[in-house]
Order: sequence, then C-alpha cells, then structure tokens
Amino acid sequence: MPVLLNRKNIRNKLVKKIEEISDQDVFQCYQCGNCTSGCPVVDYMDIPPNQVMRLTQLGAAEKILKSETIWICATCLQCSSRCPKGIDVAKVMEAFRAINLRNRDGILKPDKSEIEDIDELPPIALVSVFRKITG
Amino acid sequence: MNLPYFPGCTLKTDARHFEDSAMKVMEKLGSPLVEMEDWICCGTVFSMTSDDLMLQLAAIRNLLRAERQNLNELVLLCSMCYNTLKRAHQFITEDEENLQKVNDLMYKEEVEYTGSVEVIHLLNVLKDRISFETIGEKVENSLKDLEIGAYYGCLLLRPEEMAIDTFEDPDIIEDLLSVAGAETIKFPYRLECCGAYQTVNNKDVTISRTYEILSSARKAGCQAVVTSCPLCAFNLDQRQKETAQEYPDFKKIPIFYFTELLALALGCGWDADWNQLHYVDPLPVLKERELI
Repeated sequence: MPVLLNRKNIRNKLVKKIEEISDQDVFQCYQCGNCTSGCPVVDYMDIPPNQVMRLTQLGAAEKILKSETIWICATCLQCSSRCPKGIDVAKVMEAFRAINLRNRDGILKPDKSEIEDIDELPPIALVSVFRKITG
Repeated sequence: MNLPYFPGCTLKTDARHFEDSAMKVMEKLGSPLVEMEDWICCGTVFSMTSDDLMLQLAAIRNLLRAERQNLNELVLLCSMCYNTLKRAHQFITEDEENLQKVNDLMYKEEVEYTGSVEVIHLLNVLKDRISFETIGEKVENSLKDLEIGAYYGCLLLRPEEMAIDTFEDPDIIEDLLSVAGAETIKFPYRLECCGAYQTVNNKDVTISRTYEILSSARKAGCQAVVTSCPLCAFNLDQRQKETAQEYPDFKKIPIFYFTELLALALGCGWDADWNQLHYVDPLPVLKERELI
C-alpha cells in the first residue's frame, strides 16, 4: 500500500477532525501492534488497527475513510483495553465511521430487501447495527 | 426489598426467558425486581463520539425518568443496556457541562436530570448485596457438577471502569454457578467478542466467531455455555445453525442465560415456554444430569 509522505499532510484537516471527534491523540501510538494482535475480527479487515493508527499519523486518513475495516470493527474494546499508551483505538474507529455517517454515507440501508433474515433477528441486533453503520 | 429494574427491548421479545427466570430467582431470594415505568430503548450501543450529544439522549432520558419516579438506581440484566446506561451515567456525572448540555437538549422534559440514578448489573446485586454464600444456602436442586463455561463477551467488562469484576480475569459468574453446584470451566475465548451486530450484514464474521468461541468451550470440557447478553446469546445459539453448516466438525452446545440455571438450582423449576426460545435444545443436557 504505497503512501506518499508529505509534511503538509501531517495533521491535515481530516486528521484533526478524527482527533476532535474521538478525543484521542493519534500521535501517541508507537506501533507496538497490541491492538491488531488482540482484535478478534482482524482477519476480515483490509487495514489492521495498528496501520489505521499509523496511516492517520502520516496524514493518509482518506484511505481509512474508504476502508472495510471501520465497518468490520464492532467496538468490542479489546484494542482500547490493551493499548499500553492508553489510546482508545475503538474511539478512533468510531470517528471514521461518524464522518461517513454524517455525510449520509453508511453501508447499510434499513430496508427489508437488504437484510436477509430480518424476521429472525432480535431487536438488539437491529438497533445496534442501525446506530453503527446506517447513515 | 424491591429492586427497580430496566428490562430493555430484547428481554420483552427474544430473551423473555432471561427476564422470566431472573424475576423468579429474585422473588425467591426476597428482592423482587420491579420494572420501572415508561422506559424506552437505551440505544443499545454507547456512542463513542465526543461531540454528538444527541446519541446519548435515549439512555439519559431513561435515567431522567427513573429519577422522576424517585428511583435512585436501576438494576440491569442485559449486558448491552448495562454498558450503555452506565457509560451514559458516567458521561454526564464526570463533566457538569455535559449534564447541562444534555438537559438543554431535553428542554421539553418537565424537570432537569440531576444525575442521581446509579446503574448496577444483577450479577453485582447477587454478589455484593445478597452474597453468593446466602444463595448457596438456598440451593434446592444442585447443578450436579454440570460443566459450564461462562461467556462474558465484551460489555460486562470493557471499558475497565464499567467492568462488573476484574476485567481481564473475571470470576463472578463462575463463583455464582459454583455455589449452585456446577463445575465451572474458564475457557480461552470467554472474554472475546461474538461479532455483535455484524450478525445482521456480515453473518460470516459471527459464524466464524461462534465456531471459535464454542469450539474452545467444547475443547475445555464445557457441556453448556452461559451468557448475560441477548445479542451474544443470539450469535452463540441461533447462529449455531449456520455454524454447523459451514464447519462440518462443529458440535452444537446449549446456551443458557445464567438466570435460567440459577432458577433451576433455587428450585424455581424449568418453564417449558423457555424451550422454544432456545435454538440448541437445552433439555438433553439437563435430563442427562437429572436436573429436570
């Protein structure tokens, strides 16, 4: 995944927005990889959590905004509970989702045709998925 | 003493056996659960954004209504409601400005919320107020060394400030089921996420989680797994159908709410209506141990 490094991109507008929404300092991350090694759904992600942190530091946050990763993360908080630097990684993931959702760019429409077994799903599953990935 | 209780949506639908069994247990222990009035959906997931107060309102409105009904605490059964309400409580009590902003947004309410309602999980009530020792003395129908794995999932334990017990190595459900006569087994995946709401649009994720978690419980020797979360219960129980189709070596295992087994142990009996709410038949393992 080639990323063009440019000083101008560091802490660009999008990165500042991510830091503001998540209330986290992404530059605290020193790439130990604990978040990725503990993530139970990393196999399904296109960018692992530690790379999300690194790309954000490098100003390449645009890539993450369009990634699968942010929608696969189900906020289990394993990464946040294990970060030795105290970064709430799950909040950073949520900030990326929030920016998309605020632009009405979620990935699921609350529509019967989109959800295969809607009649069998409990309310708790539907309410949470609509809150997390429907914009 | 009556305990004010917040059910949440799924305890009135797919997880009726969770509510029903908990009601019976608490009646038996002399602290009946009394449902608060006028509750609404808590929102199920706590918003992790720092700047959007609207997403906190569903949870906080419930706390406001509880306060108006002169309740100083709410007892929770569902792990997701517990986490959402408790984090909402923390959100407004740790920062006065947040409380004020939220009250401003809820300007149509007759009174302002002051932040006085504490949120507590039933497991903490059982441990700290009633005590496991007392519960042990009231056991009429021991669980006869049934090998049970307690699955905590995420929201009873994380973030650490919300944890009902030591967040990296909890014992609370194991200790409870031990006094009820079960043999509890700490299996490796007991604190791992079940995939949560990915079950709606990324079923594959939850199927692989269910396979990993339950195979790990099986290998450790569990005959049954208990939980406190209706979403975990759906993923671990109902999704076993797809898991068995996807993984030929998968062996089904019954999933219970911890209150169902506690109800059995305390002599409240097993309600036949609960059977249809389980996907994996819970009866064979209970009959084999002559528990029913």
